[in-house]
Amino acid sequence: MLYALLCYNSEETVFSWSKDEETAVMGRLAVVCERLEHQGKLGPSLRLMPTTAATTLRKSDPPMVIDGPFAETKEQLLGFYILDCTDLEEALAVAGDLGEANPGGAYEIRPLLVYNQGGLGAEALGG
Amino acid sequence: MSDLAWIDAALTSARPQAIGALLRYFRDLDTAEEAYQDACLRALKSWPQNGPPRDPASWLIMVGRNAALDVVRKKSRQTELPPEETISDVDDVETPMAERLDGSHYRDDILRLMFICCHPELPPSQQIALALRIVSGLSIKQIAKAFLVGEAAMEQRITRAKARIARADTPFETPGPVERSERLAAVAEMVYLVFNEGYSSRSGEAEARAPLCEEAIRIARLLLKLFQTEPEIMGLTALLLLTHARARARFDADGEAVLLDDQDRALWDRSTIAEGLALIDKAMRHRRPGPYQVQAAVAALHGRAARAEDTDWAQIEALYANLEIMRPSPVVTLNRAVAVSKARGADEALAMIEPLAAQLSGYFYFFGAKGAFLLQLGRTGEAREAFDQAIALANTAPEAAHIRRELDRLMKDSAAVGT
Repeated sequence: MLYALLCYNSEETVFSWSKDEETAVMGRLAVVCERLEHQGKLGPSLRLMPTTAATTLRKSDPPMVIDGPFAETKEQLLGFYILDCTDLEEALAVAGDLGEANPGGAYEIRPLLVYNQGGLGAEALGG
Repeated sequence: MSDLAWIDAALTSARPQAIGALLRYFRDLDTAEEAYQDACLRALKSWPQNGPPRDPASWLIMVGRNAALDVVRKKSRQTELPPEETISDVDDVETPMAERLDGSHYRDDILRLMFICCHPELPPSQQIALALRIVSGLSIKQIAKAFLVGEAAMEQRITRAKARIARADTPFETPGPVERSERLAAVAEMVYLVFNEGYSSRSGEAEARAPLCEEAIRIARLLLKLFQTEPEIMGLTALLLLTHARARARFDADGEAVLLDDQDRALWDRSTIAEGLALIDKAMRHRRPGPYQVQAAVAALHGRAARAEDTDWAQIEALYANLEIMRPSPVVTLNRAVAVSKARGADEALAMIEPLAAQLSGYFYFFGAKGAFLLQLGRTGEAREAFDQAIALANTAPEAAHIRRELDRLMKDSAAVGT
């Protein structure tokens, strides 16, 4: 079974970490991740840019572009895409196309800071 | 992460909101700061035992407010009761926390806290020091270190600044839209000043002053979080990120300043650049350009160029031409001329800066740029003259050293031509 592990924490607090804290946390995480990757259990891991870098496309009619992250709590996170686009304009266009195919709800477009491919075996990926 | 490290980070991040709210309740900065300190001490006792609260800022506001009210009550037993209106909102202690701490409310609290640091009568250096003390919560020692002055001098500077704003009329009423955007502009300028204070450092000082840049970025991100749809705040944050991303490449191993063109771009912080690019991208969509966005767009073009020779100078020139209209200044024109010299040649650039000679006669960069243009045109005698003037005006040793290298190159080249 593939699982997604979604990371939640207070953004303000994490951005207030001192450099030493940040390095210490990253060091500890690296140990765990290395082990998991070695076991073939770790797929892509990513770090998102802060919510201030986010833009939201409300899939209303007509669609509405809003600065900032998706803030409603009535909807649930149902999935996500990873896109490779030249800029926000293109990412919004893609989101618009997807939204036409699947109206309702919203897409939050959030630039990625780090993307590690990980090392899942073909079996895990259904190959 | 250890409890203490987590608590430290939580207290730091909650600080502007907590002190901002306490300032609104007590209408006195010292009382608000003391109340916050009190709440922090209690947090250090309570949080490791009871676990962190869901919303640290609300917790600190409640606890700080109750602690300060206790002090007021105790004092009032000894002296006469304070007039009811000096303590606002005291009757809503029982209303649910969430109601009182809705987003828009604390947005104005934080903005007000930042805004009182921007009092026009305070010189910029005092505004910066005050903001670092009040908004960021840096200690006097930390601030003194970043400003490269003694602790006693910094303490005095901050005490004076505080006395000045205590006499001023702090605007406590909820601002209207115009007032709010004026405050935001003043605060943005202050954040920019904090950054510049850290960035305009000389070699060997950069490390001590880097916290100023990081703090400015933290405040800019906070502002952007509060004003998510303001393109100029996106631009400001992008500008700071894109500039700070180059920090590691600004000085070589000997501590000499390295010009942008000569910097080792492998040392640029790519993830910081990526965030800056994402923000300027967002800002541009609004089609409401402003000075921070334009400057960020220039920094973005540098950030996107893999090598110095890949820089889109024509685009940079167009951006500076925009900035000239928004904020006319001889320095902006000088920057535009540098872009022109790269995009279309030194002839036009030289003609462009001729009229600035009188205004910039004491400006190091003017003569540095003039010398470089003349050199490009093969007018070595005049170039040498300009470089000599630049050296005489250099503020820092690296600036002078940089021009001397240009001169050395010039001498070598002319010697080579002579043989």
